[in-house]
Amino acid sequence: MQILTRSIPLFITAVAGVVMILSAFFPYTSDWGKFAGQFFNILAAFAFVLGGGNLLKLHLKKISDQRPGWAYSGVVLVCFIVTLFVGLMKIGAYPNPTYPNVHFSGETQGSGSMFWWFYEYVFKPLTSTMFAMLAFYVASAAFRAFRAKNFEAILLLGTAFIVLLGRTFAGVLATGWIPPDSAFSGLRLENLSVYVMQVFNTAGTRAIMIGIALGIASTSMKIILGIDRSFLGSGD
Amino acid sequence: MIKLLENLDRRWIFLAMALCVSVPILVIGLTGVTFPETPTPLAEAFFAEVDRAGEANGRQANVLIALDYDPASAGELSPMSASLVNQCAQRGHRMYFISLWPVGPQMIDDSIQKVIKRFYPELVYGKDYVNLGFKAGSEQVIKVMGVDLTAEFRTDVEGTMLSEIPMMEGITSLEDFDLIAEISAGYPGSKEWVLYAATQYDIPLVSGMTGVQAPQNYPYYPTQMQGLLGAIKGAAEYEFIVNAYVRENIVRKMLVKNGIDDETSRTLASDLDQIPTWTTTAAAASMTPQAKADLIDAATGATPGEFLEGQRRMGPQLFAHLLMVLLIILGNVIFFAQRRRGGSA
Repeated sequence: MQILTRSIPLFITAVAGVVMILSAFFPYTSDWGKFAGQFFNILAAFAFVLGGGNLLKLHLKKISDQRPGWAYSGVVLVCFIVTLFVGLMKIGAYPNPTYPNVHFSGETQGSGSMFWWFYEYVFKPLTSTMFAMLAFYVASAAFRAFRAKNFEAILLLGTAFIVLLGRTFAGVLATGWIPPDSAFSGLRLENLSVYVMQVFNTAGTRAIMIGIALGIASTSMKIILGIDRSFLGSGD
Repeated sequence: MIKLLENLDRRWIFLAMALCVSVPILVIGLTGVTFPETPTPLAEAFFAEVDRAGEANGRQANVLIALDYDPASAGELSPMSASLVNQCAQRGHRMYFISLWPVGPQMIDDSIQKVIKRFYPELVYGKDYVNLGFKAGSEQVIKVMGVDLTAEFRTDVEGTMLSEIPMMEGITSLEDFDLIAEISAGYPGSKEWVLYAATQYDIPLVSGMTGVQAPQNYPYYPTQMQGLLGAIKGAAEYEFIVNAYVRENIVRKMLVKNGIDDETSRTLASDLDQIPTWTTTAAAASMTPQAKADLIDAATGATPGEFLEGQRRMGPQLFAHLLMVLLIILGNVIFFAQRRRGGSA
């Protein structure tokens, strides 16, 4: 069984990794990269099925154990199954004009279909609401947690004020009196905000990105060469 | 006072935030007044890159528009998409819509319905724009598209074979596009398009993104990403530039149609304030009264609300940011007061 659980996955990983590296450097091998990429996309499609299966498993278990909040799991499952059914069956979808008599030729999420209705009147308002609620929690956190405890925190606070004000009309109101063509125009809040983002932020982000890239390259080599086997699980 | 602030129920903060956001929305909705925008070089670069797409190859530009976001970020990003499509449609670029996000097709459909169908009904699906829909696989989709686009997309979103779509003729890989314009809310998004498409195949890329993403993408500007729009501020700036461009272009076309020579048309269209005065002079004698009225209307009429969303949303943003600054200051006043009293802060 070790062949199935360890040797074959290691072999596939090594071959796919080497192929992807070669395809990036040698134009002759670009088709190999395409081939490996297509396999990846097939796997990605299967991941949706796995994800769905995992969702069913988790929530069915929660309902069967009657854990606190199990009723919400029931809601999740009903929504999941109904949406899946409506999407797969293309209920209410208009057929493609080229094939008017073939029901399944239509677009699943096309206007007027039930899937579109679910998206437009259920999914869209719910996700927008969830995201909009962040503003309230961020405001509360700003009041309770953003403290000028030391020099670094003061620097962070100053930068936050510049960016918060510079990204709105408040910046123009506060420093609009500085002539835009004068030697001090860089001190206008809207310009300072851009300067903070393009200079200090970029310098810091670049350093982090270079570090991450080196880390990824080294980890990738370890995985391709079979030195790092943690992705196989079970303590390998 | 400090005692009161120390024990402030957070629901008061929630209420203050709700008022800071909702009151400006109502006021702007009722009055239509927005704050003036001064475009930054980033937004100007974004506009210029879209504007000159295809010029290097001397052809009608093929613009790949990737809308990689969902309704949660649509508040920030849909004004960018609307203005982008508006500019491309006005400029006469061919638009190829795709998405790497599962709900991206709805975002594409939204942009098509809101901009193309409403303001450019003359554009033909399959000839001027095409919706290729969503494809699972994140950056791998980009990598495969770099070699063979048809290996990823065999049909459009309606199931029509790509070989039957006229504008897909000659499009085999990413290298056949003159510009990639991407609006992104996270992964996969702008970073993946930079790494696997723009840099590898040397294709110009412009990207609009959420405020959270923008700091991570600044290092790519301007070498690997020629234009960058960050959050609703970037959207408002870009919207402002595109609206001015569209108005100018429409006026110029109307002047040419009414027999005014191209050079004069360009000069006049670049100074729209002159138009009402100019139509009363002898130079406009060849124009009919109706044509003059239409011209004045085009030069001075209200911009459709669909293209003001970004600028309108800067109102709530202003007051929400001011509240945040105020809350941070108040929080620190309490902190220092507690420290002076010797309390544990």
